[in-house]
Amino acid sequence: MTITEKILARAAGRDRVTPGENIWVNVDVLMTHDVCGPGTIGIFKEQFGKDAKVWDASKIVIIPDHYIFTADPHARRNIEILRAFVKEQGIKYYYDPDFLQSEGMPSPYIDPSKTHYKGVCHIALPEEGHTRPGEVLFGTDSHTCTAGAFGEFATGIGNTDAGFVMGTGKLWVKVPPTMRFVFEGELPEYIMAKDLILAVIGEIGVDGATYRAMEFAGPAIYQLGKIAAGYDHPANMEERMTLCNMVIEAGGKNGVIAPDEVTLDYVRQRTAKGHVPQEFRVVHNDPDARFCYEKVFNVTNMEPRVAKPHSPDNKATVREVQGTPIDRAYLGSCTGGKITDFIAAAKVLRGKQVRVPTFIVPATTDIQRGLDEFKLNGQTLRQVFEQAGCIIGPPSCGACLGGPLDTLGRLNEPLTCISSTNRNFPGRMGHKEARVYLASPLTVAASAVEGVIADPREHLAEG
Amino acid sequence: MKATIRGKAYVVGDNVDTDQIIPARYLVYNPAIPDERKMFGRYALSAVPTAQAGLPQGGVPFVKENADKSEFAVIIGGKNFGCGSSREHAPLALREAGVEVVVAEFYARIFFRNAVNGGYLIPFETDERLCEKIRTGDEVEVNVPAHTLKNLTTGEAFALKPLGDILPIIEAGDVFAYARKSGMIP
Repeated sequence: MTITEKILARAAGRDRVTPGENIWVNVDVLMTHDVCGPGTIGIFKEQFGKDAKVWDASKIVIIPDHYIFTADPHARRNIEILRAFVKEQGIKYYYDPDFLQSEGMPSPYIDPSKTHYKGVCHIALPEEGHTRPGEVLFGTDSHTCTAGAFGEFATGIGNTDAGFVMGTGKLWVKVPPTMRFVFEGELPEYIMAKDLILAVIGEIGVDGATYRAMEFAGPAIYQLGKIAAGYDHPANMEERMTLCNMVIEAGGKNGVIAPDEVTLDYVRQRTAKGHVPQEFRVVHNDPDARFCYEKVFNVTNMEPRVAKPHSPDNKATVREVQGTPIDRAYLGSCTGGKITDFIAAAKVLRGKQVRVPTFIVPATTDIQRGLDEFKLNGQTLRQVFEQAGCIIGPPSCGACLGGPLDTLGRLNEPLTCISSTNRNFPGRMGHKEARVYLASPLTVAASAVEGVIADPREHLAEG
Repeated sequence: MKATIRGKAYVVGDNVDTDQIIPARYLVYNPAIPDERKMFGRYALSAVPTAQAGLPQGGVPFVKENADKSEFAVIIGGKNFGCGSSREHAPLALREAGVEVVVAEFYARIFFRNAVNGGYLIPFETDERLCEKIRTGDEVEVNVPAHTLKNLTTGEAFALKPLGDILPIIEAGDVFAYARKSGMIP
């Protein structure tokens, strides 16, 4: 069996499962947030009764992250629904935006280490030790697949499924066959996980992995994060997360990477805080594991890539589109708003000026703090970005998915934007006629400096 | 489960993602509150680019301004309908607008699950590229047990794929009714 099949078999209490089978699995962690939580809670109460208790209050993680920095009264009301539910049910893991006032645009807190708020759920989950090898994680968000980077089964579900899990701790799943993507060769410093996953999606298309698991393997996986070499930071893990994060953009059910010492170091450090379970089970492919597809990429001569409007599989190399005018650059989200992403961007932006409005939106409060802690030639990342003329926002999902009209960086007009985020279907970042190019943080930063799509290699060479 | 579903068809192309089906700015509404739930019908399919909205001619709004319901009861799509985010608001919005069945070449996984488990609508698949054979506004009839679609405007008939694994959930109503029926939950 493959990693995915073995995890699902254990969760179903079975010795073996076969791709295509429908099985009921026991859930280790259920995650929800402010956009899908209220609807999920509504379904849970409708189906199990208004006084019903969740199946296990210590296995539900609630992370408000989507619509935090907005004056929208419904968005604020949704946080109140989450708070009331957490209190009523005794939910153990809840990361409250405790700085919110009753109305108006919230004034950001002064010190991100003094709030319970975390920010983007897919990055907050691993930071707080909620992602552990061998487990089954469901979340009411399509990018829940990010957690496959930790060698677990993680996928996105809707409100009904989440309401079902809340009441029963179980869910039916169809066992997916596994596609295997192997990265070989010597990874150049200018190639990031984003380039790799755009290459994969360009190869198989936005529906190429529908109903399938996507496993990433090969020596180049373990070289990812070179751009942040020398920093005391798990850059390699963050890059693996970026790789798994975008499997949904190929239609994939889950992404997975076999755990190794890098994974275990990361997980042990975060679970050692003691408030989350510390037991987990490392799962590897059996020697007889069967894959429904296998593709080898050699990364040695790989070029930086983009996805052109309006689809993540509308592939091109940066070279093919360089010189294309842009109106805006955006660095943020679960895909491209981590410390590694910002170290990469800072290496390009240091000592330069951006020519188009450029937004920096850290995924979480930990990352926001990191902007003041990590340095490049004596300057903090924040100083680099401020001197380059970037606009730095507070952590949340931000404009990646558009959101309420007052969301920082939202494309309220039909602009052209280059973005380190994950999706560029029409209307994703706001206006339905806006054009979004997806690229690595290095490419986004180089393009911000030139005001046109630009090759990061030239900018790194200068540094 | 209704045996036949009849109404006007609304035709879209490939990769109609959930941001086009229900834009993220409207996700502030809570589907568990009836007055807010209606808003999802009002804004269903509102972010499909104008040229692709109601094929082949385009420029056809799915829901008329200030209405909560659509005049179209059947959606005809191409490949990978409902890709993108996991928001259940997508099938819910179509249902609130009055849609009972979607016919596409195939679906993104989460949309398909949500449509079935939530009991919002029937997601039929077909090998035919119906988005190039049916025109927005054509009167169509879907026969659910026979898994066929008839275009009453032109007289053409098309085979759809059997519902397979999901049929028991659709017959029960939703995943909760199915689980109760099979004794999994009280």
